[in-house]
Parts: sequence; C-alpha cells; structure tokens
Amino acid sequence: MRLDVVLHVTTKFILAPLLLFALYVQFHGDYGPGGGFQAGVIAAAAIILYGLINGLGPAQKIVPVGLLEVLIPGGVLIYLSVGIAGMLLGDNFLDYNHLAHDRVHGQEWGVFLVEIGVFVTVFSTMIAIFYAFAGRRRS
Amino acid sequence: MIETAVTIILLLLLGAVTIGIVRVRGLFAAVVLLGIYSLLMATLFIVLDAVDVAMTEAAVGAGVSTVFFLGALSLTDTVEASAKRPQIMPVVVALVTAGALLWGLSDLPEFGSPNQPIHSQGADYLARSIPETGIANVVSAVLASYRSFDTLGETTVVFTAGIGILALLRRRRGEGKS
Repeated sequence: MRLDVVLHVTTKFILAPLLLFALYVQFHGDYGPGGGFQAGVIAAAAIILYGLINGLGPAQKIVPVGLLEVLIPGGVLIYLSVGIAGMLLGDNFLDYNHLAHDRVHGQEWGVFLVEIGVFVTVFSTMIAIFYAFAGRRRS
Repeated sequence: MIETAVTIILLLLLGAVTIGIVRVRGLFAAVVLLGIYSLLMATLFIVLDAVDVAMTEAAVGAGVSTVFFLGALSLTDTVEASAKRPQIMPVVVALVTAGALLWGLSDLPEFGSPNQPIHSQGADYLARSIPETGIANVVSAVLASYRSFDTLGETTVVFTAGIGILALLRRRRGEGKS
C-alpha cells in the first residue's frame, strides 16, 4: 500500500510536536488546562496517526501489544499504589498530605503521580481500541 | 454581546449539523459530521470557559473517536439500511424523553447566576485549593485531589474497556493459529 508522499512527510513533521504537546499537557496540568486524561488521548492520537499512515505493523513495532497488556492495568496500579502509600503513612486512602515533608508538597506529589497513572491507562487503552479495529479483516 | 452572538451562531451550526447527521444516509458522511459536531461542541465549551472539557471533547470526540468510527465502517456497510415501514414507537420514546428533559429544565438554577447553591454553600474550592494543594488549576486540584476517589473510578472504567478490547484481540489471534 503506497500512500501519498505528502502525508508521509507531514506525519513525520507533526509527530514530535504532538508527543511534546502531550507531555506539556500532562506536566502543565497543574497550572493550565489539561491533565492525565487529555495528555493520554493526545499521545495515543500521535501513535494512531502513525499507524494510519504507515500501517499497523510499524505502529506495533513502536507500541507492541504485549506492552499495552502491561500498561493498561499498570496505570490503575500506579493510582492504587499512591492511595495505599497514603494509607501506610497514616492517612486515609488517597490522602496525599504525608507523601512529602509538608502538606502542600505532599499534595503536589500525589496529584503528579496519580495523573501519570491516568495517562498510562488512557494512552494504552486508546491504542488497544485502535489496534482491535485496524487488525480485523472484513469477513 | 460578541460572546452571545458567537454562542448563538455555534448553537445554530450545532442544530444544522444534528439535522444533517439524522438526514444523511451515507454513514461515511455521518461520521465526518459527528466529528464536526464534536469540534463545534469543543468551541462552545471554550466560549463557556470550560477549557479542560473543551480539550477532552476536541481530542476524544473530534479526533480519536472519528478514527474508531471510520475503523468500524471499514468492517461494515457504509450506507444506512432504510426502514421498511415507518415505526411509531421510536417517535413516542423520543417525545416522552424530550418532554421529561424539558420538564426537568424548569428546576435548574438560572444560567450563570451567582446565587446558585453551588456558589453559596459547601466547600469553596476556589479559595481552598491554592493554600491546601498549591495547584493553580482548580479543575486539576478537584479532579486529582479532592475527588481523587472518583477519578480512580473513572480510570478503572477506562481500564475495563481496555481489558475488554484485549480479550477480543487475544481471541482473534487464537483463531488465526488454529
């Protein structure tokens, strides 16, 4: 399958800024709009775009299905372990006050880690749905 | 004044696109119209100052879900099957639902009113979030700290969708081997 060269070149140019924007949305979510969910979808959109242009095989070389099987539960486990860490430090479940030396820093760490958990699960789930559709043949 | 005009234009466009989605028979056109609908919704959310929701709507509604719809279309027919005879039951259901929604609307507080209960009672997150969490974006603070348990639930919902999809993938791979 040979697609237009314009699409290939444009995709190459747009992929890196797209991934960078996802990271910006992820880590700047404390100050501007955004957060783990939005960043996860944007990063997944970058991979999906790559898959649309270059085919399913090359996309699965970047993000293999085996990696997705680890990442999808991994994000939820990150989220849960932050909550359990709060419990072990003497707070309620998902209370971040004791994660660092003072309350405000503890909250910032907690939100940061929790957003990473959301990012990982959303990112991998979106790609898994894309693979599921793109991998099927019309019967 | 300008904001009102923009809002009215966006709502009119949304109405036109909705009629287009219902009327059009080609599913390919319907999917593209759905993407346009999501983009218009995202713009409307920006006008309403809900930037976080606008970002989600633009990325999920206009971007990724359009791709998923197109992927689904490549597995099925691209023309909607037309009904054999007009059916009365869907019309009744739609009318009853619309009536219930309009009836419920009358109980909502006035749009944009500062006298709403949400502004006068309960936790004042706008005042509390920066001294308590140090996070400037109140939406992030509420989502990830004050309402963290809800966000854990939402992540679990996405996780459930993900393992459902993985189960489908796995089954297909097994079928290919045997």
